Amino acid sequence: MRRIVLPWLLFALMLLAAPLVFPQSAALSLLSQMGTMVLLCLSYNMLLGEGGMLSFGHAVYSGLGAFGAIHLMNRMADGVLAFPVTLVPLAGGLTGALCAVVLGYLTTRRAGTTFAMITLGLVELVSACVLMFPEVFGGEGGISGNRVIGEPVLGISYGPQIQVYYLIAGWLLVCAIAIHALRHTPLGRILNAVRDNPERAAFLGYDPQRVRYLALILSAFFAGVSGGLSAINFEIVSAEYVGALRSGTILLFTFIGGTAYFYGPIIGGVIGVLFSSWLSAYTQAWQFYLGAFFILIVMTTPGGLASLLDRSWRLLQGGQMNARLAGRLAWWLAAALCTLTGVILATEMAYQASLGSLADTGEGAASLMLWGWRIDVHAAAPWGLAALCVVVGAGALVAWQRSGRAR
Amino acid sequence: MTAPLPLVLQDVHKAFDRSEILRGVDLQLQPGERCALIGPNGAGKSSLFHVVSGRYRADAGRVLLHGRDITREPPQQIHRLGLARSFQITSLFPRLSAFENVRCALLWTLGYRYAFWRRIGQLRDASERALSVLDKVGLAKRAEVAAGELSYAEQRALELAVTIAADASVILLDEPTAGMSRAESAAMVALIREVTVGKTLLMVEHDMQVVFGLADRIAVMDNGRVIACDSAERIRANPDVQALYLDRRPHG
Repeated sequence: MRRIVLPWLLFALMLLAAPLVFPQSAALSLLSQMGTMVLLCLSYNMLLGEGGMLSFGHAVYSGLGAFGAIHLMNRMADGVLAFPVTLVPLAGGLTGALCAVVLGYLTTRRAGTTFAMITLGLVELVSACVLMFPEVFGGEGGISGNRVIGEPVLGISYGPQIQVYYLIAGWLLVCAIAIHALRHTPLGRILNAVRDNPERAAFLGYDPQRVRYLALILSAFFAGVSGGLSAINFEIVSAEYVGALRSGTILLFTFIGGTAYFYGPIIGGVIGVLFSSWLSAYTQAWQFYLGAFFILIVMTTPGGLASLLDRSWRLLQGGQMNARLAGRLAWWLAAALCTLTGVILATEMAYQASLGSLADTGEGAASLMLWGWRIDVHAAAPWGLAALCVVVGAGALVAWQRSGRAR
Repeated sequence: MTAPLPLVLQDVHKAFDRSEILRGVDLQLQPGERCALIGPNGAGKSSLFHVVSGRYRADAGRVLLHGRDITREPPQQIHRLGLARSFQITSLFPRLSAFENVRCALLWTLGYRYAFWRRIGQLRDASERALSVLDKVGLAKRAEVAAGELSYAEQRALELAVTIAADASVILLDEPTAGMSRAESAAMVALIREVTVGKTLLMVEHDMQVVFGLADRIAVMDNGRVIACDSAERIRANPDVQALYLDRRPHG
């Protein structure tokens, strides 16, 4: 029992303590975004990790859930409906699930590549529909609302961001526990079976289409909850919410985190939001880094960051950490850091040389500020340094790999 | 009134792109009998299995399971009506443990269906029965190993375990001893004999030693038809069968 309860207690504590550790308002909005993204990735992994369903259209369900939530909030603000704001995400979830009942019936007829293709078509279809009915979806501008409705209940008005954060954290905790529990039910286990071998599952009495369909509806419910939370958080829902780009983002983050572990999507959601919201404040090239990071993960650790954590944890537990291994790890880190420095230097200079000159007044590109250094992007020396870093780092990495193989 | 026969095939036809694989198969299985299906490669044995188990749909003719027409039913429905099958090429859930493989095979029969409101760990009947089935096939000690990591012989044993777990009354085994050594194959025969007591068994098998050791009756297929179905001695004496095996397998 302790093995089950302890991690959840830790998770709850982390959610509780996060805003105390990072009290700045920027950090708080970042944490709120992380919460909704983590829930979205967890719901997505019910399909990808548990069911082997590579969906390119998961944002459809969270997006439509968000639209459902914002419409409900606007009705509540009009006084037409009385409904507690705390439970608005539930309405988002039900909207998402309902959409999955209709749309999922078609998409889950097939598995594998065909399923992926159908979801790709679906996301375009829904995106087009959202723009076609501006009175329902608000067209290009989207629909805005107000999360402060009526009198505060127990002093909670959801005006301050901290209250919204704790609303998100609470829903995330409850939903994460529910998603975890769903894995260990007859349906959850048969979903794994259908992932591994749908035909055999059919010869054991289960209809694989029905299994996938039910899994999608459940997953869409949690995606919708996440959408509802986003609607409360941002107070605006636009067509991008159901778009292919957002669907791709969910897939990217979940995969980076690791699909084979329950906590993989949690790591993925956190890292992903750090990339897209935090790193983007510092550099224009954040998408380049995200893409490169994704390719690196896919090629070197297909199990994602979670598998990396799992392996190092086992290494530590097994007492196999010795001087040789520590030395090799330090070698690898130094080499990787050297390569990374070179790549970052080159990327930033290239961006500054091409994009920085656009805003320029004809005196050549502005110089680049990096790590407190002023770098002239047209001088040869920094480029040479970047190339040197990459060559030395990559060389050290290759040597590291060879020496590992020899033993 | 007598109970209907467990499995009856009436004039079953199946063609792919105009090449006829099954050309009117007739076969009747008696309750509790073990029947072996033999015949040269390409005679249609595996296709017949696929038609009976619902993977293929027959173009013409009927398949009756306990008197009920299952010709047009999907595989899951046929399984629910009491027919289980194994596969020639091992077909398991590779990422699930041996124990989970067998438990998955039990869930529908125990009535848990698509339940997502019950914890699977608390379903005592499912886990106890899964363990006893694993014990029967000698995999109790390997219960927690992922199916994909078991040895070939263990995977074949697990394949049998998954097939018989749900206690189906009619069992189809597709080459259960394929690729096995003599000793492994003998162990498998003993195992099959033990776990199919009281069940109706139809199996495709190439190994004549296995066939004569297990089967009460032997059905011989050639060119999409069952040309003879009789006891071992009579099949041996049957001139059509002799001609078939002498013509095509001069060294066999």
